[in-house]
Amino acid sequence: MNIDYDIALTHIITRKKQTLIASLGVTIGVAIYLFMNSLSAGFTKYSRDEIFKNNAHLKVFKDDEYCKPLNKDTSTLNIIVNPQITTTTKNIINPNNLLTQIKQQNFITNAIAQVDLTVFYNMGKTQIKGSSSGVNILEYNAMFNNEKYLVGGSLSALQSNLNGIIIGKGIAEKLSLKLNSNVTISSSYGVVKVLRVVGIFESGNGFNDNSKSFINIATAQQFLKEGPAYITTIYANTLNADIADTYAQQLQPITNYKVEDWKTTNADLLAGDKTRNAMMGAISLSILFIAAFGIYNILSSTIVQKINDIAILKAIGFSGKDVIRIFVSEALIMGLIGTLFGLVFASVLITLMANIYMGGPVGYFPIYFKADLFIQSFILGMLLTLFAGYFPARKAANVDPVSILRK
Amino acid sequence: MQSNTKQLVLSTNKLSKYFYDPVKFKVLEEVSFNAYKGEFLTLVGKSGSGKSTLLYCLSTMDTDYNGELTILEQKVTGKNQTQLAHIRNEHIGFVFQFHYLLPEFTCLKNVMIPALKLGKYSKQEIEERAYHKLEILGLKDQALKPASKLSGGQQQRIAIARALINDPAIIMGDEPTGNLDSKNSENVFDIFKQLTQEFNQTIIAVTHDLDFAKASDRTIELADGRII
Ligand SMILES: Nc1ncnc2c1ncn2[C@@H]1O[C@H](COP(=O)(O)OP(=O)(O)O)[C@@H](O)[C@H]1O
Ligand SMILES: [Mg+2]
Repeated sequence: MNIDYDIALTHIITRKKQTLIASLGVTIGVAIYLFMNSLSAGFTKYSRDEIFKNNAHLKVFKDDEYCKPLNKDTSTLNIIVNPQITTTTKNIINPNNLLTQIKQQNFITNAIAQVDLTVFYNMGKTQIKGSSSGVNILEYNAMFNNEKYLVGGSLSALQSNLNGIIIGKGIAEKLSLKLNSNVTISSSYGVVKVLRVVGIFESGNGFNDNSKSFINIATAQQFLKEGPAYITTIYANTLNADIADTYAQQLQPITNYKVEDWKTTNADLLAGDKTRNAMMGAISLSILFIAAFGIYNILSSTIVQKINDIAILKAIGFSGKDVIRIFVSEALIMGLIGTLFGLVFASVLITLMANIYMGGPVGYFPIYFKADLFIQSFILGMLLTLFAGYFPARKAANVDPVSILRK
Repeated sequence: MQSNTKQLVLSTNKLSKYFYDPVKFKVLEEVSFNAYKGEFLTLVGKSGSGKSTLLYCLSTMDTDYNGELTILEQKVTGKNQTQLAHIRNEHIGFVFQFHYLLPEFTCLKNVMIPALKLGKYSKQEIEERAYHKLEILGLKDQALKPASKLSGGQQQRIAIARALINDPAIIMGDEPTGNLDSKNSENVFDIFKQLTQEFNQTIIAVTHDLDFAKASDRTIELADGRII
């Protein structure tokens, strides 16, 4: 072992109390940093999961178009327009072709077609307005994983029954419907059908549970008096949800329809996430800084107390670099002890928190172990101690031995 | 048999130095002298005459001077701090008036440290050499005690052992016996004498002990920063 590290280690061992205090500061700093960021990551994941209950990474649909003035030359004429939506139908033309093309993109993992429509659920005199999605329910489940919300019936029962419907629990309660009850559904196009309830779901989202239902695509097309080529929306998942916006840009050129990524659709929710993450990040980082300042303080006072030793080391041939190495190693040893205990401490906190049952749709508290946060906390803890150690160490390296030794 | 031509170990050429605080004054004025291999040299002079200041310049720790310093045929003046640290480590041993050992290490480790820094020998060889130096100084049985547990005279001899560990060409001392009683002083003097005679090392020692100076090979006297 290099003599510099040997000396550093001896200082650490002979000054156990200071070492302990400095390390404890780092332990608390790192633990809080890791815990808060795990909390933040847990919240973010929870809110994302909520979003992906109803959103795919990408959505392709026909956007509203506005009428534009015929004369495009605005330099000589001031044109006043009263913009009006000119879209008459909301469907995608030749959807199967587009769906195939989308599926061929190498960044698309799966894509499904869907027919959205407004429906009325009728039972006796009671009527509820809601929305229904005409889907291939098994493909839909592959994308949105909605089977777990079923509280009765099954998805395959809908797949095999054109007259089947899966409804939200709220609708079932209001209309006193049970599994295998019949319900009259009407559309705004005047089509009325009696469908059999083959499934009931409870997603925890009150709005969906009280208004949403799933039917087969063909049934939906009949409600709209349309043929089998009528599709309103294509949903697609990609390799990486985080860069869905770039995928959206890549997909846009192959179609005239609007390609929208989930971040754009849910910008409001994500803005909240961002603010929370920034706040938590700033607070936890400040705490870590304070911990590093503890190391700075303790090392500075060590150097003042050891100024004679530093002078003697320089007199017997230790260079400034050696002196820096000695004291930076001391900081790093304290930092390493503190950081490792901090990670352990945070793990305990995370485990405790993750076992708290919140109930409702949340279930257990949304916090979990994330390896990259552990690595990040470790690197940050060590990096800050490195800085905290470097500045006092540099002061020690600049000690003029003559002024000390001739006293 | 010693050869007739004296071998130069250290020389200064018109070494001058100023202090600026509280007022500018010339503490050393054109000091030029040579020190030879195997020579026991003492620096004497009244208190405040500049002996310590000169010694720290010779030691390479003080670089703020005019003139030139040469050690072992190498021009030392103008070298950077890291180079100077290496020269001190390899070629110069120090003994201070106050023994200045590192208190949290054993006596043995204190002696070993400059050699561990130099890295010329393995750790085991260094330990053997350190024991040998302690033996020369009659302290072998104290080797594993913490440095702070020894008496003043013993600590000073440990410091001498540490100064010897790398077999430096020059051993410098600023009043190395200034803090010792006469018996211990004599002891240190005998050790120095032995080093020059048996190992051909050069001693440059500041002293105000005239008996000590008289018994050395050559004495340089300073007055107001000048050699007289
Ligand atoms: N750092 C300093 N700043 C200003 N004056 C100093 C400093 N160190 C020493 N002196 C002065 O320089 C002179 C020489 O000091 P020194 O070399 O210690 O003398 P000696 O060792 O011969 O007693 C003294 O007058 C002393 O007061
Ligand atoms: Mg002096």
